[in-house]
Amino acid sequence: MEFDYLSDIVAYCKREDKDMAQAMVDYEMRNKGLTREQVYDGLKRILLVMEESVDQGMTQQVITPSGMLNNWAKTIAASTVETLGSALKMATARAIAVGEVNACMGKIAAAPTAGSAGILPAVLVTMMEEHGTTRERLLDALLVTSAVGLVFAKNSSFAGSEAGCMGETGSAAAMGAAAITYLLGGTAEQILEAVGFALKASMGLVCDPVGGLVEEPCTTRNAVGVANAFVSAQMALAGIKSLIPADEVIAATKEVGDLMSPRLKESGQGGLANTKTGREIQKRVFESVRAKNR
Amino acid sequence: MSEQPSIFDILGPIMIGPSSSHTAGASRIGYIARQLLNDKPARAVITLYNSFAKTHKGHGTDRAVVGGILGFGPDDPRIRQSFELARDEGLQWEFKFVGDSARFHSNTARVRLTGVGGGSVEVAGASLGGGRIKIQEIEGFRVDFTATTHTLVVIADDIPGSIRNISGAIADRGSNIANMYVSRSEKLANMVIEVDQSIDKETLKKIESFPWVKFVRRVEPMIDGSSRYEK
Repeated sequence: MEFDYLSDIVAYCKREDKDMAQAMVDYEMRNKGLTREQVYDGLKRILLVMEESVDQGMTQQVITPSGMLNNWAKTIAASTVETLGSALKMATARAIAVGEVNACMGKIAAAPTAGSAGILPAVLVTMMEEHGTTRERLLDALLVTSAVGLVFAKNSSFAGSEAGCMGETGSAAAMGAAAITYLLGGTAEQILEAVGFALKASMGLVCDPVGGLVEEPCTTRNAVGVANAFVSAQMALAGIKSLIPADEVIAATKEVGDLMSPRLKESGQGGLANTKTGREIQKRVFESVRAKNR
Repeated sequence: MSEQPSIFDILGPIMIGPSSSHTAGASRIGYIARQLLNDKPARAVITLYNSFAKTHKGHGTDRAVVGGILGFGPDDPRIRQSFELARDEGLQWEFKFVGDSARFHSNTARVRLTGVGGGSVEVAGASLGGGRIKIQEIEGFRVDFTATTHTLVVIADDIPGSIRNISGAIADRGSNIANMYVSRSEKLANMVIEVDQSIDKETLKKIESFPWVKFVRRVEPMIDGSSRYEK
């Protein structure tokens, strides 16, 4: 059973009269010889780790060895300023929480990558908090995100070294947008529109981590990825259409990724990593690490 | 039909951060080396190549490899304290770094382990991203396997009938061989055999009993929270 394009999945849903989550259960059961229970057990483990990683970053001390990240999630959550109410503030904090836990060698679920691991947990926990979504529904939402990720992986790339941050926080934002659209009752077509919006907003995003570490700007880009997911889902659910279909947007991310200079794809040598301050931080971080290990 | 990706290749692995290639994949290479040693390790010499050599500190690659050697999976929080725990277990380790080697994949680790029983093994593997790895060298033989299924590694005298006898020993116990790779050097043959189910002790004993067999080890599929295998 093969799904090469999102349109294949939508066609399957129509033919079998199933929603996108159930289409992915069929896919996994048939290709991997698993039972429905085994598929859902795997999803439960992922969701549990996602929730735990949010909790950890929101409650425990998280200061990265480089010193670049320092309890930002808690700082944001405690802030009295709310640009768009507490929902956006807390969603922002949750994404950063997971980024901080990841950078501190905590346990996370890479979804789709470790560098973009903050987006889906923040989206899902925020849906639970703001819309009262049950965990059972979140498991189905995870299946919908896997549909998007599967097609993205086949036709583009999750690797920062191939598709830049577009492949990491971009694809994660698209997966998050799909989850939100699905959970708020969107049709399969609307889910695809949301994916299109989110990826178009991430088109050409470079991977330029300072010192090659998964910290700056990865962590704050995860937070912005969550906002991207909610805004994209908002547009799709209102009935706005992405003029370029999602499958074609995915194809465009592949083309753009191929055209991007290798210096801008996880080399630690271009973009923010190559700024005056970025280079200073790199020098300081690696010298202090060397001193510590002496 | 080519193998289709699992949804758990997209959602997962569950892992200790910060990097699926530089942390999770690195720990898996150490873990495979430990399985191939098949003894408590007393000494480890670890060579990190290319990107692994340059960025290992920031990504905990060094702690991850040592954690794998101690038998920790990629999602085991003890990876964070692997140096301290290795010291407690009496494991001595040493790192070497090769910054630029065109011979090796950008994220490559070579692990030489010596067991408390005196045996030793040398393994090189590459981390491909997303926690996936490829073992590329065992005891100087070029190999190519991903350790995602039950795998048997045999080194034997390259004599007529050796492959037939080994595959026969596996088939006799009702296991199906999914893939088999053979490489040769001098008078020895290396066989990497991927099997559908776990290879039992009886089969191992049978293969070990052939006088022309020098080395036989099994590698069990990697365990992590996102796979279907319960810990």
